[in-house]
Amino acid sequence: MKIVVLIKEVPDTYGERKLNIETGLADRGASEAVLDEIGERSVEVALSHADAHPGTEVVVLSMAPEGSAATIRKGLAMGAGSAVHVVDPGLVGADTGLTAEVLAAALRRVGFDLVIGGNVSTDGSGGVLPAMIAELLDVPSATSLNAVEITEDRVSGERASDAATMRVSATLPAVISVTERLPEGRFPNFKGIMAAKKKPFETVTLADLGIDPEAPEASRSIVIGVSEKPPREAGVKIVDEGDAGEQLAEFLAQNRLV
Amino acid sequence: MTDFAEDSVLVLVDVMPSGGLAKSAAGLLGAAASIGTPVALVVTEPGKSAGAAEQAAALGAARVLIADSADASVLTVPAVDALAAAAELVRPDAVLLSNSIEGRDAAGRFAARTRSGLAVDVVGVSRDDEGVVAHHSVYGGAYNVDSAVTFGAPVITVRQGAIDARAEAVAEPSVEQLSVTASGRQAATIESIDEAVVTSSRPELRGAGKVVSGGRGLGSKEQFELVERLADALGAAVGASRAAVDAGYVPQAHQVGQTGVSVSPQLYVALGISGAIQHRAGMQTAKAIVAINKDADAPIFDVADFGVVGDVFTVVPQLIAAIESKQK
Ligand SMILES: Cc1cc2nc3c(=O)[nH]c(=O)nc-3n(C[C@H](O)[C@H](O)[C@H](O)COP(=O)(O)OP(=O)(O)OC[C@H]3O[C@@H](n4cnc5c(N)ncnc54)[C@H](O)[C@@H]3O)c2cc1C
Repeated sequence: MKIVVLIKEVPDTYGERKLNIETGLADRGASEAVLDEIGERSVEVALSHADAHPGTEVVVLSMAPEGSAATIRKGLAMGAGSAVHVVDPGLVGADTGLTAEVLAAALRRVGFDLVIGGNVSTDGSGGVLPAMIAELLDVPSATSLNAVEITEDRVSGERASDAATMRVSATLPAVISVTERLPEGRFPNFKGIMAAKKKPFETVTLADLGIDPEAPEASRSIVIGVSEKPPREAGVKIVDEGDAGEQLAEFLAQNRLV
Repeated sequence: MTDFAEDSVLVLVDVMPSGGLAKSAAGLLGAAASIGTPVALVVTEPGKSAGAAEQAAALGAARVLIADSADASVLTVPAVDALAAAAELVRPDAVLLSNSIEGRDAAGRFAARTRSGLAVDVVGVSRDDEGVVAHHSVYGGAYNVDSAVTFGAPVITVRQGAIDARAEAVAEPSVEQLSVTASGRQAATIESIDEAVVTSSRPELRGAGKVVSGGRGLGSKEQFELVERLADALGAAVGASRAAVDAGYVPQAHQVGQTGVSVSPQLYVALGISGAIQHRAGMQTAKAIVAINKDADAPIFDVADFGVVGDVFTVVPQLIAAIESKQK
């Protein structure tokens, strides 16, 4: 079985994240870049299946700027067998539509039985790519899975929908997305990090995929304005000396909050 | 059935497994009415559309399109096929969906199929000379970003609870059956559904006016009850940090933050929550923030309007008693 995991480099959510006010794009220099945590969990789903099923091939796939190779390599250090990195100047500021087209084309080229992505990224918070990619590839999509079972020809699991929990399943090939209910990704150990340096790492451009980022028949979403909100300021801070509950109730009453 | 208004806005409303409309419908139709004439699309399995159509009209849909032959065991694709048929018919200026799990999936597939521009997790919509503009709140509310599409009708998912505007009820809506041609796209199968039963009379977290959240500092599932008691005294919804969810104190649906729910209430009370940046990302746009934490250096105090350095197990019971005596 061939499992392709979609991973993404994002600004570290533990640091301050900035947008460029002129372009509306992430200011990549402003914060440290990391592999999105949900991507690590997705890799973990694939690797734990591979651990139990020898012969499983795990590929990590990412569309990301040039400087992201080290982040993608983390997927290899965790245990994936190979990596594919789509990088092209034409992808700066790509919207979800273009991103989905690029990843779908890359998936066709790489081949897959199962595609695993995160349910939402921590930067774009879009949460639409798995469904978009499935549509473009005409395969089933089972999104937001809290638990995943993979067999030779099916994938199934518990899906956390909005008002309900459901059990869903799909025949392979299929696309799934997973939630943060799934286990954390394993830490790459020294052996994994050394091995990652020798694993296949393919870099692919838009021309290789036959994609025109400015295809006139596709409507794209563009940023037309950005403004920064002033940061919040801290207010009053008291240390409880036995009456803090009462003082707090007074604060709420004064602000008509009780 | 042609003659749809020039400024039609097509709204795919979420329908609950049991048949009624999801709460998000009110905000969606409210948003649609602010930029055009709302046309609601109700997709259900056979025999479950009647109530939903009426509810959609009561929330402002002048026209309701019904596609009630969807196979309930097929995930997402039937809704997308209906949406494609409705968009073909209505030729709307925009397509609005809820930024729910179901809404996002339908929006993603529909936008990919029609190569439409997609705006996700939008907190407001408006119009300018060139068309519909989507307003986003990015990086935990630190930035406001506006987006538009290069041409055609944008597909927009609207954050649940973010829209306060409500459309006027329509007394005599026109309700029409929509004929849908199945695309035959591959889809996942729904094997079973457990609709979450709402047992609590507490307000829902999304869109709540007041929220009381608890963190790891509550110590156990039993002690987390203190959060619920304060929430009830204030008439607030219950939220939680990811650490409290991971520890099993409350179900995941209560998680506030980066990867949970984003809230923007009048009052947010954080109990035993350190205020990690990923938690703040989901609550720092609240009007007033109150925090109780025994660590004076906890980062939650950086965003709190009123912070108490103290133990939740002594401060909160006193607070509840004081609130109750004020309410008498
Ligand atoms: C990608 C990513 C996404 C994330 N998404 C989210 C998210 O959506 N939401 C979220 O909340 N977190 C999220 N996190 C996790 C986040 O980083 C923190 O780990 C989490 O918010 C901590 O929860 P906490 O404040 O309850 O726990 P802790 O950080 O352990 O804080 C507990 C606090 O309780 C206080 N305390 C203990 N006992 C008492 C007492 N008796 N009285 C008063 N105070 C007491 C302590 O002083 C401490 O400050 C995310 C992390 C990552 C990496």
